[in-house]
Amino acid sequence: MTQMKERLVQLEVLRYNPDTDTEAHFQRYEVTCYEEGVVLDALNKIKADIDPTLNFRWSCHMAVCGSCGMMINGEPKLSCHTFLREYEGVIRVEPLTHFPIERDLVTAPDDFMEKLKRVKPYIIPKEDKPISEGEYKQTPAQLMKFRQYSMCINCMLCYAACPQYGLTPEFIGPAALTMAHRYNQDSRDGGRKERQEVVATHEGVWECTFVGACSEVCPAHVDPASALQQMKITSSIDWIVEHMIPGGKK
Amino acid sequence: MAKSHKPVVWFPFAAGGTVIAFFIPVIVVLTFMAALGHIPPGLSYEKMHAFASNGLGKLIIFGVVALSLWSSAHRLRCTFYDFGVRADTLVAIVLYVAAIAGSLLSAVYLLQI
Repeated sequence: MTQMKERLVQLEVLRYNPDTDTEAHFQRYEVTCYEEGVVLDALNKIKADIDPTLNFRWSCHMAVCGSCGMMINGEPKLSCHTFLREYEGVIRVEPLTHFPIERDLVTAPDDFMEKLKRVKPYIIPKEDKPISEGEYKQTPAQLMKFRQYSMCINCMLCYAACPQYGLTPEFIGPAALTMAHRYNQDSRDGGRKERQEVVATHEGVWECTFVGACSEVCPAHVDPASALQQMKITSSIDWIVEHMIPGGKK
Repeated sequence: MAKSHKPVVWFPFAAGGTVIAFFIPVIVVLTFMAALGHIPPGLSYEKMHAFASNGLGKLIIFGVVALSLWSSAHRLRCTFYDFGVRADTLVAIVLYVAAIAGSLLSAVYLLQI
């Protein structure tokens, strides 16, 4: 095997310690990393060799767990999926924007978790059937209707990218609404009406102005923007049925 | 939380977006061609006049104009919102009134043909 090339990496990391700091500040680190490494490798090397007090979340190092999201040169990215070779000069690393900072690069995801719960992201069966009747079967075509939307890893990069979430924190937001769509599209599910109570409100899909940044930053290619546009169409059809067709159900 | 009435403005916006995507680039190209003297035979003044004189033709032209205006007004409203201008009601009123006024004018002109 050929020797892996190394390079000197300069990182400017946002630091904040709630016990001692009144304000967040940047700290500069210089560390030698493999040319093929990712930003998370550089952070781990800093923590191991230079500064054990640096805090950040990570787990899988393979873009599956969704815990290492941070702002890298101002863009929301998974740090395990962001190659150092794509950057020149100092790389600025900050916690995910639009979320309160807990410590250094660690943010509090509570708002997202609460919103995710509100859209009922689980199958609400159309009909209850006893286990003896066997499984709920699904054709490949039925699976394809929601498969893409089930790929979300809850990394919250879309919330950091969404200008509407930044301006209107009540907005349910891309990932949670996409999860609602994922279950609405599932042939085994009968819960769309319940979810509409959240989805079809002003804080639901109607706060979205289709900027599309959520889909651009999504590391799992879920395309939340498409889910939201599809839900705007179905919510509009609901509205017409409810308000313009006599006998249309409220 | 109450369900939103946004579909009232969003449905014509979505329809207008589709119209803009399909018709407006063609209309822009044809307008430039006509301005430079290259008028395709099927789109001569006489033929277009006859089209605009016909009831269905009027309706189609009005549909394209009104939906495009509404869609553009709504898009602009969203753009203001995205840039953080939080005077949404004022922005919405000004832009929607402009779109409705443009649509009414096109209706007046079409009815005079």
